[in-house]
Amino acid sequence: MKMDLILRITTKLLIPFMLLFALYVQFHGDYGPGGGFQAGVITAAMVILYALIFGLKAAQRVVPVSVVQFMVPLGVLVYTGVGVYTMFKGGEFLNYNLLGHDRVHAQEWGILLVEIGVYITVSGTMTAIFYMFAGRGR
Amino acid sequence: MEALINMVLLTLLAIVTIGVIRMKNLFAVVILSGIYSFLMASVFIVLDAIDVAMTEASVGAGISTVLLLGTLYLTKSEETEPLHKPYVALFLAAVTAGALIYGTLGLPPFGAPDAPIHLHVANRYIENWKEETGVPNVVTSVLASYRGFDTLGETAVIFTAGIGVLLLLKGRKSPGAETPDMQAEAVAARAAAREAEAEADAEDNLS
Amino acid sequence: MNPFIHELIAHYNQWITIFLMVSGLYIVIAKDNMVKKLVGLSLFQTSVYLLYISPGKILGGTPPIMDPKFSVYSNPLPHVLILTAIVVGVATLALGLALVVRINEAYGTIEEDEIFARGEEE
Repeated sequence: MKMDLILRITTKLLIPFMLLFALYVQFHGDYGPGGGFQAGVITAAMVILYALIFGLKAAQRVVPVSVVQFMVPLGVLVYTGVGVYTMFKGGEFLNYNLLGHDRVHAQEWGILLVEIGVYITVSGTMTAIFYMFAGRGR
Repeated sequence: MEALINMVLLTLLAIVTIGVIRMKNLFAVVILSGIYSFLMASVFIVLDAIDVAMTEASVGAGISTVLLLGTLYLTKSEETEPLHKPYVALFLAAVTAGALIYGTLGLPPFGAPDAPIHLHVANRYIENWKEETGVPNVVTSVLASYRGFDTLGETAVIFTAGIGVLLLLKGRKSPGAETPDMQAEAVAARAAAREAEAEADAEDNLS
Repeated sequence: MNPFIHELIAHYNQWITIFLMVSGLYIVIAKDNMVKKLVGLSLFQTSVYLLYISPGKILGGTPPIMDPKFSVYSNPLPHVLILTAIVVGVATLALGLALVVRINEAYGTIEEDEIFARGEEE
């Protein structure tokens, strides 16, 4: 048996745990180290690992280039959308206190939405950059 | 004890940097820079900066290494000998280092709790976190709530970098790129430059 | 001997930071290969992160995650600034490497002196 059998099976076992860990880091960024950037980079690393072991075409079937290209500006839109929404509610740009009835709850909502925006942009950009470098070809 | 672990890790960092300067094989340089990022992440953990350590480990040792290896795949992986001796660069580096070391002699010592940076804004963030944001991780609350505009700017920077790389590298290589011929021409030009310098040196020695 | 050891422990972080900064600067100025210059630039940037984070440490403190059991926390403000700086650094590196790939396709080489020689010929 060729050695890449071990690599393929180990990758198949690892990838769901990597995704789970990325989402854990994202949503528990309030209570431990973490946040949008770390989670986005771990998600991109998961896609890169899949592309390295199974080939670029297989990875682009699972996470297409058009989806990744769409994610790059989507995160910035979500972030700015939160700010514009608070302006509609009557306050300044990105004043989280207007997102809910109670100050602490509103701040938590604001931080959650903003970190999701950062996560989408960072994971999309890192994956897109890797696709560009790997797809240039000799 | 913390100071001792800190000093050992920093010494290892300096040794890896000397390796990066001296090595000619670019693949080894890329791997050494990955080791450098991991050591820096460990130093950040000893310095109580756990968010920064996670980011540096994943971004520096993960994404940076992958991108550098991708570039080596598309270009070449051995560095050629430079034509000029680097004496001016060494002199500049030594003068800059001397000036900066002279400047650090007046700074507060490592780990002092009464240094000026601990006395003003950071205290306000640490004391008022419960009423103002309710998020125990002060770094996340400062990043996303107190200084949310900076994070918006940073997300815009990542977006710009993604758009830039997509613009530069999307699409196939142009079909007329004569890379092997250009490489042969470049090697010939280099050899001609070396011969010209060697002749000039020989003439100077004779006269 | 004792005051020298005391000075060394107090300023060792800063001196190693300066050494890393100056080596990064040397690689960017003196080496001709473009990929090596970019590696040197990223070394320089990482030493600047160390320059910001090491004054924030308080000996005997704990990471800045609030817990009723601890009372002395290290300073969280440099951590926030450096989180932004790390991601901006990788964005710069990615753009620089994309430019190096295009330069290689246009000139056939990534050594600076060879590119200058070709430029003088044309």
